[in-house]
Amino acid sequence: MTEAQPEVPEDQPGVAIVPKAVEFWRRVRGRAAERLMSSARAGAHAWRHSLQLRVGMTTVLVTGVVVFVIGIMLVDQVSGGILRAKKQAAVSQAKIGLASATSVLAAVDAGVSGDVEAAQLQIKSNLTASGNSAGLFTIAIESGSGISAAATSTTIPAGLRTLVQQNNLAVQYAPIRATPSGKLERGLIVGEPVQARTGLFELYYLFPLTNEEQTIALVQRTVLLSGLALVLLVLGIALLVTRQVVRPVRVAAQTAGRLAAGDLSQRIKVHGTDDIARLGQSFNDMAGSLQRQIRRLEDLSRLQRRFTSDVSHELRTPLTTIRMASELLHANRAEFPPELGRSAELLHTQLDRFEALLGDLLEISRYDAGVARLESETVDLRGLVGVTVEASRVLAERHGSEIIVSEPEYPVTVDMDSRRVERILRNLLGNALDHGEGKPIEITIRCDDDAAAVTVRDHGVGLRPGEPGLVFNRFWRGDPSRSRLTGGTGLGLAISLEDARLHDGWLQAWGERGRGAQFRLTLPRHAGHTLMSSPLPLNPDDTDDVDEDE
Amino acid sequence: MGVKPRVLVVDDDSALAEMLGIVLRTDGFEPAFVADGSRALQAFRETKPDIVLLDLMLPGLSGIDVCRAIRAESGTPIIMLTAKSDTVDVVLGLESGADDYVVKPFKPKELIARMRARLRHHEEVASETLTIGPDESPVQIDVPAHQVVRDGKAIGLTPLEFDLLVALARKPRQVFTREVLLEQVWGYRHAADTRLVNVHVQRLRSKVERDPERPEVVLTVRGVGYKAGPP
Repeated sequence: MTEAQPEVPEDQPGVAIVPKAVEFWRRVRGRAAERLMSSARAGAHAWRHSLQLRVGMTTVLVTGVVVFVIGIMLVDQVSGGILRAKKQAAVSQAKIGLASATSVLAAVDAGVSGDVEAAQLQIKSNLTASGNSAGLFTIAIESGSGISAAATSTTIPAGLRTLVQQNNLAVQYAPIRATPSGKLERGLIVGEPVQARTGLFELYYLFPLTNEEQTIALVQRTVLLSGLALVLLVLGIALLVTRQVVRPVRVAAQTAGRLAAGDLSQRIKVHGTDDIARLGQSFNDMAGSLQRQIRRLEDLSRLQRRFTSDVSHELRTPLTTIRMASELLHANRAEFPPELGRSAELLHTQLDRFEALLGDLLEISRYDAGVARLESETVDLRGLVGVTVEASRVLAERHGSEIIVSEPEYPVTVDMDSRRVERILRNLLGNALDHGEGKPIEITIRCDDDAAAVTVRDHGVGLRPGEPGLVFNRFWRGDPSRSRLTGGTGLGLAISLEDARLHDGWLQAWGERGRGAQFRLTLPRHAGHTLMSSPLPLNPDDTDDVDEDE
Repeated sequence: MGVKPRVLVVDDDSALAEMLGIVLRTDGFEPAFVADGSRALQAFRETKPDIVLLDLMLPGLSGIDVCRAIRAESGTPIIMLTAKSDTVDVVLGLESGADDYVVKPFKPKELIARMRARLRHHEEVASETLTIGPDESPVQIDVPAHQVVRDGKAIGLTPLEFDLLVALARKPRQVFTREVLLEQVWGYRHAADTRLVNVHVQRLRSKVERDPERPEVVLTVRGVGYKAGPP
């Protein structure tokens, strides 16, 4: 951006300025500078944002320069021609008058002024009588002896006189007076030497250039006016043409904006088959193709959702029947022979697993279809952890793991969908019990003003380098050879990650071979808040430091 | 309990219906079956069941419409069997008049527990009269007679709505959380879907309040739950 520097008016020399006035002047200058700056900024803004303004200004500038140059040349040519013609006429007039003047002046004694005056009148009347082509003129006669006639009011330039005295016909433009009392005006003086008996007379013809000047002024005015008119005309044409181009572009820009805002039905009205129309047509084609693609994706997504819902219903009804039959068999397994009894047990437990897997699949397909919705309410995270730990008590006893919870004494309220967060906690705890090898599980809850965090730490086999990034993958198994008591679906952590993301939260894993693993869930305490940091470190080695500090 | 409670099962899946029949008989119920939604209302009138198990997806008339039709002429408890646990479907079912719902695949014990919870109030025998609401227009509840009167007019409530109102009215000014109400009225042991409570409070209000938009009998306590208005 070019900043217009404010013009600093120079203090006039010789003017004494009192301090108060200096200050006032500075203030005025400051205000003027501000105004100048702001108008310069506004101008620069308009310049950048209006193609029409730029094209208009450029056109005016270029046309202006061209018209100015041509005008100068034109005026120069015309006035030069007029003056040349005048000069030629004047010289020929002087030549014609030479014979008459010579005869009149032959008898005149240069020393007698009355004679010179009479001779001048005589010459004048002779020349006028013979008619002239060079327009009105007056005559002045000078002589080398210093005696002059009727020339007292006219200053003949000394250079001209010298030339004439050297017996030359000379011409010069110089100010003259048309009448003795008149004012000085532009004129043409032709001087010629006249040989007389008594000596050399200098005869000067004084031609006023008033008419020529008027003609030249008229030409100048005409050129100026037609130049201005031409510039304005070109400006008008430029604006009109630009407008014709710019308007469709503006319409296209507005339409594109509305299209981007989501109104896919927006189109440009296309007239004719010119380039602008082609632009509009291409734009419309693009919008149409975009709309079709998006519709197709929407249909696909809708189909996917429908499918999920249908699968859900179609699978669930027979599963309910199987489940009830299995429950009945399981309840009466004591009455069966041992093989049948064990079969009923297996059927029962595997049905649980099958059901969990079906539920997880449906849940994750809901995420994939983008139909998962958050039903937030403000809940104390400690309570939710307590419920989850209580629900896992039986499982923990089976694994032989103790669950140790470390939590603050004040409520840790978080805006969350408690069903989903409970599911995350259940998955993390189940995972920790699964891999904890019967060693204690530590759950820690902490919060600050913006975020709340829960870590679940086990001291089992841990994770190999690179694995913390993989544990959230669907159906990922750390060690395929190891048995799993909980019979996890392999989707639990993947769903948990989606659940955390739905809350704008984080779910991260840390692990080291032989030192166990730690999962950290961080949630923003208020919906819509963006997480910047977690109140708990991901690496439990840092946790130890924190604990020591407390 | 001399007479076995009668259950009308409305489900088009014959295998599920048969299995339900086995389970229900084992647990001391007397089931009747209908597979078509359009014949459900007629079957209801003929069998006069104590409780209805209703599948939401039915041929003929949809479960929602059957539910409305039954509710229009009787307060008999209705438990929906649904494969969809999405909010919209559940709320739609509850708003059409169902008292409770179980999501397939359910465990038979869970279903029986819900059914018993809905049938339980028939066994209550105690002389009790409760009064709640504003002084100028109180709501009077005769508990053993299952009657609710306001401004001299009897208000017809379903057994569930009646139970909900009584639960609130027995301890006026005490705030009940949705979880507590679920346990006391619906018989849930674990915290479950609080949408049940919200929908039924709305239904109850539409019957007992003068202006359901500005309740004075069943009041909402923001962030906690509900309580009965001052007597």
